[in-house]
Formats: sequence, structure tokens, C-alpha cells
Amino acid sequence: MPMIERKQVVPGDVIARGDYRWGDYVEKRGDEYIALRIGLAEVGGDGIRLNPMTGSYIPRAEDQVIGKVVDINGFGWVVDINSCFEGFLPASFVFGREFSPATHDLSSKFAVGDIIGARIESFERSRDPQLSIRGRGYGKIPKGEIVKISPTKVPRLIGRHGAMINMLSERTGCDIQVGQNGVVVVIGPPESTPTALRAIKVIDDEAHSADLGRKVEELLGGTQTGA
Amino acid sequence: MEGHRLAPEHKLIDENGKRRDGREWNQLRPIKLEVGLVKNADGSAYIEWGKNKIMAAVYGPKEVHPKHQVLPDRALVRARYHMAPFSVDERKNPAPSRREIEISKVIREALAPAIIVEDYPRTAIEVWVEVLQSDGGSRVAGITAASLALADAGINMRDLVVGCSCGLIDDTVVADLDDTEDKEGDGDMPVAMMPNLNWVTLLQVDGMYSREKFQKAFELALEKGREIYAMQREALTKKFFGGEAMTAQVEEEAA
Repeated sequence: MPMIERKQVVPGDVIARGDYRWGDYVEKRGDEYIALRIGLAEVGGDGIRLNPMTGSYIPRAEDQVIGKVVDINGFGWVVDINSCFEGFLPASFVFGREFSPATHDLSSKFAVGDIIGARIESFERSRDPQLSIRGRGYGKIPKGEIVKISPTKVPRLIGRHGAMINMLSERTGCDIQVGQNGVVVVIGPPESTPTALRAIKVIDDEAHSADLGRKVEELLGGTQTGA
Repeated sequence: MEGHRLAPEHKLIDENGKRRDGREWNQLRPIKLEVGLVKNADGSAYIEWGKNKIMAAVYGPKEVHPKHQVLPDRALVRARYHMAPFSVDERKNPAPSRREIEISKVIREALAPAIIVEDYPRTAIEVWVEVLQSDGGSRVAGITAASLALADAGINMRDLVVGCSCGLIDDTVVADLDDTEDKEGDGDMPVAMMPNLNWVTLLQVDGMYSREKFQKAFELALEKGREIYAMQREALTKKFFGGEAMTAQVEEEAA
């Protein structure tokens, strides 16, 4: 397997010199690649990647997010998606093309305060992100415990090919839905939900540690035998 | 306070070339930096620099209010420098003074070039610098802490910003003036820069300098700035990676 170099960077650091493909949070300056965030940079065969350690959620098309309906206007729902931009879910995406503000009651579908799972349909710099609930698994989330984690830690919570989240689900018997925006909903039996929430907190706090998997295992194992 | 020149009451440099607190001409006061103390802020940092004790907090990117200030293509950067009423010997009126308004402006303009404002259109990034105890050089200390707070908030930045001041005492160039040296010395020159880019984002000068002295003071400020930059990096590494520096060769895992 090819080797990749991994290093800690702060804004302004030179990650590498040469000719690479580069991703987000990296800027090319001459032949130098500069980090724009604090994080772990990886230089490998397929280019330069920077996994940031901190930062707020910036929407991106195709992201799955969990948000809260904060307002309804004639044409759709305004959704707080834990970002500096508010999501907008147009009513025509929900009721279809025959939607008319006169015949359809928007609040019968989603009321203010409802939690919904949605997908970012499109996002451009000049307009707020548009949401969609087309597809399986989107729509209203009727119950569950909501926790917010740092959006940069979402990949660690999910794990490689969903390893971490699947393990959490299996061991606690909870259904855990994760939005790319850092909002997590845990639905499960009252006795194991607190354990799942604790594990999510540990992942959020110690995402950078190398033996994260072991720490989470310990937490889950400890409560099973201890309680 | 900075900017006032009084008739010297103290001998600022003794016959051995030592300053009142025992420092050499080119020596910094002790500096302590810590990142991430304000829980409710998106990013924060605390600095102790000599007798300065300054807290910096960053909120954002967030929605802009009032709405008419929105910039359609980039983020609006706001900065507020404020001195707590108890930060000086005589109680300071908490209302923003002329001096604080000016320093807020120069801090904003010192930090803004480092922030990639185009990445956050229609948003606001707010920087709050609160001086809890003040000494000379509080604006550069504020800038140094605020840039760490911005990095802590996870805002895309070209580089960190570091500030340092230099000055003149009896025609001698000295680094990092304290309060007395600032008031009774012959000149003060706060400088802020981005050390990797080699950009200067703040340069204010008070006092009369010959060309040579100006050059010397300016270069000393840049040199000392790089020393402080190393401390900034250390503070960030400590918060985010537990202090241990790491570059590792790891086997690429199947993605």
C-alpha cells in the first residue's frame, strides 16, 4: 500500500510542495500548499486532504442534515440547519407540482418546531441553501434525543464505512441518525439512550485521539456489565 | 495608557543597559497563551503578556444584523476592543472611548486580511477583545490573542496574525514597551504581521525616528513577532493535539 504522510497543521502552515490535487481548507500558493484550518493534513497518492479539527457547518449540496422548522411562509418552510445560513424547504418539493398556497396547508405537514431530516438540494453563495425531503429516510423525525456535536467530528462518529455508528447502534440498541451539520438524533429504549449519548459525547470530545475506538468500547462495555 | 508622553520620572534604562524590569533592550516580557476558554464562543483565547491580561472571543460566521450591513460576496468582520473598568488603576468609564474605537478599527483591519472573507458570504464574524488588566502593548496582545480565537473558531485563514511593539527610549531602540516605557519613552511602534506570508497588517508609529532607527525598530518588531508566533503555534497545538508534535508516516487505509 502507498504511504501517506499525516501531520498537524495550523492556518498558514505549508503542508507540502510540489504538484498535487488538493481539497477543501487548502490553498495553493506558488508550488506550496497552505493549510487554512487547524487539523490533520494527509499527503498521499491521491492528493492533499485536510481534516479540520474545528469549525462551523457550511452547507454543501447532497449533504444529509437534520434541522428544526423555525418559520413557515407561503411557499415553504424555513429550517434551522445549525449553520450561519438558514435552509429553505420549498412546499412544491413536498406537495408536488400541483402545490398552491390556497389549497395546501403547510403546517399540517411540518409545524414550527418540528425536527426534520433533509438533504441539501442546492447551495450557492448568493442564496440560502435549498432543502429537499425526496428519498428514503427524510422527513419528520417524530421522537428521539437531540444532541449537537461539532460538525467536523461527524466523520469520526460515523467511522470508516459506518463502523463506529453501526457499533454504537448495535451495542445500545438505539437508532442513531447523524446529520452532516452535527445534529444527531438518538431513538432508543430509555435505559440505553443515556449510554449512547455519553458515547457520542466522548467521540465529540476526543475525536483526535488514536485509541478512540477502545475508549468507546470501554464505555459501552462498562455499562453493560456494571449497571 | 498608550500614546501619552510625559516628562520622564523614571530612569528607563540604567547604566548597564538594563530596563526597569531587568530586561535587555531586545527582550520580551513573559507571555502566556491559552486557547478555548470561553465556552459559549465559537472560538476564544486568553493572553497574559507582561501585566496585560486579555480575553479574546470570536462569534461566527453568523447572520448579519442589522440586515442592511450584509455584504453579498463576503463576510463582514467586526471587532471590538474594550477595557474593563477595573483594568487600570483609576476606574475607566466602560463606555467606548475615542482610543478604544480607534483600536477596535485597527484590530479589525489587522485581522481581516488573514480571514478568507469570500468563503463566508452574507455572514458576520465578530471579534471581541476584552482587556481585563492593561499594560503597554495591549493592542498587539489583543491581536495576537484574537487571531488564535479565530483559528479556534475554525474560520478559514491564510495565516495567523501576530503583533509586537517596539519603541524608542533615549534614542535606543527597544522591544516590547511596558506601560511606563510607553508613557515616558520617546516612541512606540506597534506592528502586526502574518509571519508566513510576510505581510504587515498593522503599523502605527508614535514619536520621532531617524531613518536608521525606524528601520531597526521595525525589523526588531518583525523578529520578535516570529518568537511570539512560535508561542501561538504551541498554544494551538496544546489545545488541539494535546501538545505532542506529530508528523507520521502511516499506511494508507483503504478508503
